[in-house]
Amino acid sequence: MSKLEYRAIQELKYKSGQIDRRTFVRSLLATGVALPSALSLAGQVAASTPKSGGRFRMGLGHGSTTDTLDSATSENHFTLVNGYTFGNHLTEVSNTGELIPELAESFESDDAQKWVFSLRQGVEFHNGKTMTSEDVVASYNHHMGEDSTSAAKGLLTQVKSLKADGKNKVIFELENPNADFPFIVSDYHISIRPAGDMASGVGTGGYILQSFEPGVKSVLKKNPNYWKEGKAHFDEVELLSIIDPTARQNALTSGDIDAMDRVDLKTVNLFKRNKDIYIWDATGTAHYTFPMRLSVAPFDNYDLRMALKWSIKRQELVDKILLGYGAIGNDHPISTANRYHNSDLPQREFDADKAAFHYKKSGHSGKIPLSAADAAFAGAVDAAQLMAASAAEAGMEIEVIREPKDGYWSNVWNNDAKGWCACYWGGRPTEDWMFSAAYTDDTEWNDTAWKTTDSAVKFNKLVKEARAELNDNKRRELYYECQRLIYDDGGTICPIFNSYVSANSKAIATDENIAANWDSDGAKCVERWWFA
Amino acid sequence: MHPVLKTVLGRLGLGLATLFIVSIIIFSAIEMLPGDFGQAILGQAATEETVAAFRRELGLDEPPYIRYLQWVGGAIQGDLGTSFSGRNASGTDRSREVIDLIAPRLWNTLFLASVTAIIAVPVSLFLGITSALYRNSVYDRTINTTTLTTISFPEFFVAYILILLLASLYPIFPSLANVDASTPLNERLYRSALPAFTLTLVIVAHMMRMTRAAIINLLASPYIQMARLSGASQTEVILKHALPNAWAPIATVIAFNLAYLVVGVVVVEVVFVYPGVGQLMVDAVTSRDIPVVQGCALIFAVTYILLNLIADIIGIITNPRLLHPK
Repeated sequence: MSKLEYRAIQELKYKSGQIDRRTFVRSLLATGVALPSALSLAGQVAASTPKSGGRFRMGLGHGSTTDTLDSATSENHFTLVNGYTFGNHLTEVSNTGELIPELAESFESDDAQKWVFSLRQGVEFHNGKTMTSEDVVASYNHHMGEDSTSAAKGLLTQVKSLKADGKNKVIFELENPNADFPFIVSDYHISIRPAGDMASGVGTGGYILQSFEPGVKSVLKKNPNYWKEGKAHFDEVELLSIIDPTARQNALTSGDIDAMDRVDLKTVNLFKRNKDIYIWDATGTAHYTFPMRLSVAPFDNYDLRMALKWSIKRQELVDKILLGYGAIGNDHPISTANRYHNSDLPQREFDADKAAFHYKKSGHSGKIPLSAADAAFAGAVDAAQLMAASAAEAGMEIEVIREPKDGYWSNVWNNDAKGWCACYWGGRPTEDWMFSAAYTDDTEWNDTAWKTTDSAVKFNKLVKEARAELNDNKRRELYYECQRLIYDDGGTICPIFNSYVSANSKAIATDENIAANWDSDGAKCVERWWFA
Repeated sequence: MHPVLKTVLGRLGLGLATLFIVSIIIFSAIEMLPGDFGQAILGQAATEETVAAFRRELGLDEPPYIRYLQWVGGAIQGDLGTSFSGRNASGTDRSREVIDLIAPRLWNTLFLASVTAIIAVPVSLFLGITSALYRNSVYDRTINTTTLTTISFPEFFVAYILILLLASLYPIFPSLANVDASTPLNERLYRSALPAFTLTLVIVAHMMRMTRAAIINLLASPYIQMARLSGASQTEVILKHALPNAWAPIATVIAFNLAYLVVGVVVVEVVFVYPGVGQLMVDAVTSRDIPVVQGCALIFAVTYILLNLIADIIGIITNPRLLHPK
């Protein structure tokens, strides 16, 4: 046995509690590790071994009295975290960003059009009922059909038929092939609930709901029969809706909560000085955009769009709007956290000459209106003003129109009354999902109305082609090209990707990888974290 | 009929008329809000189809006057309707009655208001009377300056200062006042301490200065001079002769502040995460949960009208001239 193997074995024994810390350190010393390193190694091993117990209290910056336990209308981060805490889905995005089976044991398809999901057996709902294919079919039907008010309705229109095949198999027939369908089913809306009870909060998750007061809090306790191993370590959980960032930070400082999301960036540097908490951030797929509608003049002009794309100081936006907690974007919505991020595209920077060249070519003159409100994202109006300032350096005049926050999403965004506005996207785990949410010609959220130009037509064709393609390399090529088309001809300006900035008490331990698909460790922090 | 009874009945009738007018104002104001519930709850995810499905389900496609009559008709019978949230076309309907939604929050608000009033009213009366007693002394000036200082700061600032002092630096009280129905009374008092202190600091100045002014105003009257000449001590003059005539303005200002405690403490609720009715209403406005907004607004109107009515009645029955008409 080599020294390294011996160390690894001792480490396993220490982790599982077969040997104590003293023995572990001694065995490390025996293999020639110096004492200080041996001690710190022991500390690291101890910290990375999940322990169970404790009451976990988390303050979330969302939540409202209209929240429900029905995942169909789940729309804010509170309902997301709550839903993931008591419920499971067919698949899940792991903390390293991979797609792994959850309630499905495995899934397969030959043609990307017919998908067979084999279900995990012996999983029980909190009410004691065993989960079967019947429940899965009922859970999906809840989001489909004419009368459904589910926000996931649009996602599932691609499902032509869905049927149970015995107790442990579900077969989806899609309208068109979609290689990413297993990703779609991990969506937070499509939680698996017992048939006939979609709204009472009975799920299969690691915690059982005890009480839920919309807009105030949710109390849960550990599910002793949780099927997932090595997850859900806390005994009790209290999720609190604390909308005011200062109140949230106060609560964490005074020890009334153990973790919080959405640190106020304006005070993050002061907050960092507190020795009992640590601040972490994750750059995921969330981004801020400024969609220009090709259906409204002057944004139908390619050169004008190009002039505006070249007139933005992206790093300045990251520094001033995100206070450094973010990354610059390249005018397409695919982040470096996605699988097929096109890293070959040259990064677009501020270039007054290029902007002026395209502006002159566009033949446009006069003010260019840009609508913004902080409803789009915190600092949207400031960002618009910074853009106006940098565009002025290139000889263009942007007129920033401050819109009311109320009704922003119905009256300003995605509306032909306004040609150009500010917007945010939570991002999507796959390229296809992001494109079909906001860029293809068949989605209602195509906020750039980019549908009829030659590039847009080609883009739509490529997205369909890539969706049906199971070969990884070919998909990569297709998605690279799709990103290039949006980057070049598309109507969106995507200057920045925002990070999720959160704070935890030092008593909380996490895996070294933290998921970036949603805030709060993929919104699954409650089942992934533990008290050190 | 006794003139006092007559006046009280008259006031009551006026109160009801006011309430009716207020209900029309509430309803029309809400009609004018842009956007609707479907769009608000579905956010970016709202498509024309899903929004239309929501509107059909909630009966929002009916003309406004019919919806108004339905609402007022229900409210008279004590039924404020059903909240828009939690409704579901394909599953079971889990929407809550507005009254169920408001009741626990209203109870929390009334609790906080009572705790604050129990501290603030005696304190301000005491300070008001004593500063009138020692008018223009160092004591009077100190009280005046201090209370004016605390009322001049915005509530959230006072709240944060208290959190800094009493929750962060010297952790005596919790900064989160998240009480719920199962919280026992002593725990509830402990948790509500900081919000109650904040509100006390905010409202004391108004009541205290009104008390002081009302009494000082009376001290110049001939009948007080008469009392003095007949040998009454300063304390006796104020408590026995001046105060009975000063109750009317004092009661009005106390009623005004109590009403404020019930309807206007959203900022303090937000800072301390206190689940009160103010936050509920703001939430409901944001999500266009119209029955809840209307219910809250109506309850607020009732609170104002009722408290002012009580102040009026106190003013009438403590007024010696009205009590003993010739």
